[in-house]
Amino acid sequence: MKRTEPLEIYQPTSVNEACRIIKQSGPGGHFLAGGTDLIIAIKEKGWVPRYVVDLKRIPSLSEILTNSDGSLVLGALTTMREIEISPLIRDRYPFLAQSAAEVGSIQIRHRATIGGNMANATPSADVAPALIALDAKAKISGENSERIVALEKFFVGPGKTLMKPDEILTALIIPPHPATLRGEYIKFSPREMMDLAYVGVAVALAMDERKKVKHVRIALGAVAPIPMRARKAEAIVLDQILSEEIAEQAGGEAAKECSPISDVRSSADYRREMVRVNTKRALLNAASEHWRPTSWVERRDRRY
Amino acid sequence: MKKKIQLTLNGKKTILEAPAHRLLLDLLRDEIGLTGTKEGCGTGDCGACTVFLNGKPVNSCLILSGELDGAELVTIEGLKIGPELHPIQKAFIQDGGAQCGYCTPGMLMMAKALLDENPNPTEEEIRFALSGNLCRCTGYAKIIQAVQDAAKEIRQAARR
Repeated sequence: MKRTEPLEIYQPTSVNEACRIIKQSGPGGHFLAGGTDLIIAIKEKGWVPRYVVDLKRIPSLSEILTNSDGSLVLGALTTMREIEISPLIRDRYPFLAQSAAEVGSIQIRHRATIGGNMANATPSADVAPALIALDAKAKISGENSERIVALEKFFVGPGKTLMKPDEILTALIIPPHPATLRGEYIKFSPREMMDLAYVGVAVALAMDERKKVKHVRIALGAVAPIPMRARKAEAIVLDQILSEEIAEQAGGEAAKECSPISDVRSSADYRREMVRVNTKRALLNAASEHWRPTSWVERRDRRY
Repeated sequence: MKKKIQLTLNGKKTILEAPAHRLLLDLLRDEIGLTGTKEGCGTGDCGACTVFLNGKPVNSCLILSGELDGAELVTIEGLKIGPELHPIQKAFIQDGGAQCGYCTPGMLMMAKALLDENPNPTEEEIRFALSGNLCRCTGYAKIIQAVQDAAKEIRQAARR
């Protein structure tokens, strides 16, 4: 296996310092978080960075915080494993914890960070649909600047985000949601573990006491250049009682809305069909009364 | 460019100089001489290079030496307890949990990570924990048996 070429490594201790280093050192640099994408890109895609800016010495980036308004702030360096096992996230948004548990192996998840995963903008990233279903926002920091954008708008193409080269994704912010919000993430992949998704479907919804759906988000991964919301499918479900027929219709609409490609994992047609089926399943799972994922086995059996 | 790195390696304070771009895997094998940690795929799929970094199991093939200053590392060479083999190692020997042996160091480290967190795992929990460790001899049944036996032994030892 190929080895990394000599490079300079900077270890700033603040966001400002990190942005300044990238500005001063110019092109040929990369931010380094967990390294599970960057080092593989160096080995497999022939990237030759002149220098890397290791963000892991910036303390403020690796916290999970709850704000007084109930919003949840996930520091960009929060690892996938931390999200997977966080009691807070498992309690409030179990499907988000589950989506993190779908990434790679435990070893990978101890290094891979949520910020690195979003900043790399892989269309099949498992956590992206779950976060979009939660209306998450991306906090982007530059030298002495800060802006917050909807995560859905953060992605602009495969591997591309709207960040400038000297900006850093510093946090993902999940706005407050009613306690009645429930959700589901289904990863549909060739193998159960250690694989990328053919299709990922995340659903978050809230119902009133008469079981009418009053809020719904359906987000799809791996079936468009960026993780996307299936808005027409959402419109079918909104203000309805979520029956099997409604879920089926919404699945059909989501399959029309997405724009998958054919690749080594599957054909575009198959992906579309799997969007239809898994959107329906995700909606019905999310709406079902008494289910909370506990073990991996339970989650796995729930998919089929 | 060489960088000074302070480490705690298998319980011993170590100061060394290494180029920032050197992979942790290569640092261990080629510069320090701890060759128990293996390279399988080099891309984080196979788990043969698993070591503990600050108490967490990670793929050493995906970490640069330049990231390591102040880190606490445990490799397969640090699994033994004094002169005694670790109960997980004993169980792998007893149950024949190794064929060619190449994946074994990674399997042992990951089994340790699992049993530290969960002393009484189900078979499914063992499979889940070891899903990032590939055995190309496909001796998984005996590996899982060995982890179960090690768990039992560790639980009994705790009661003694």
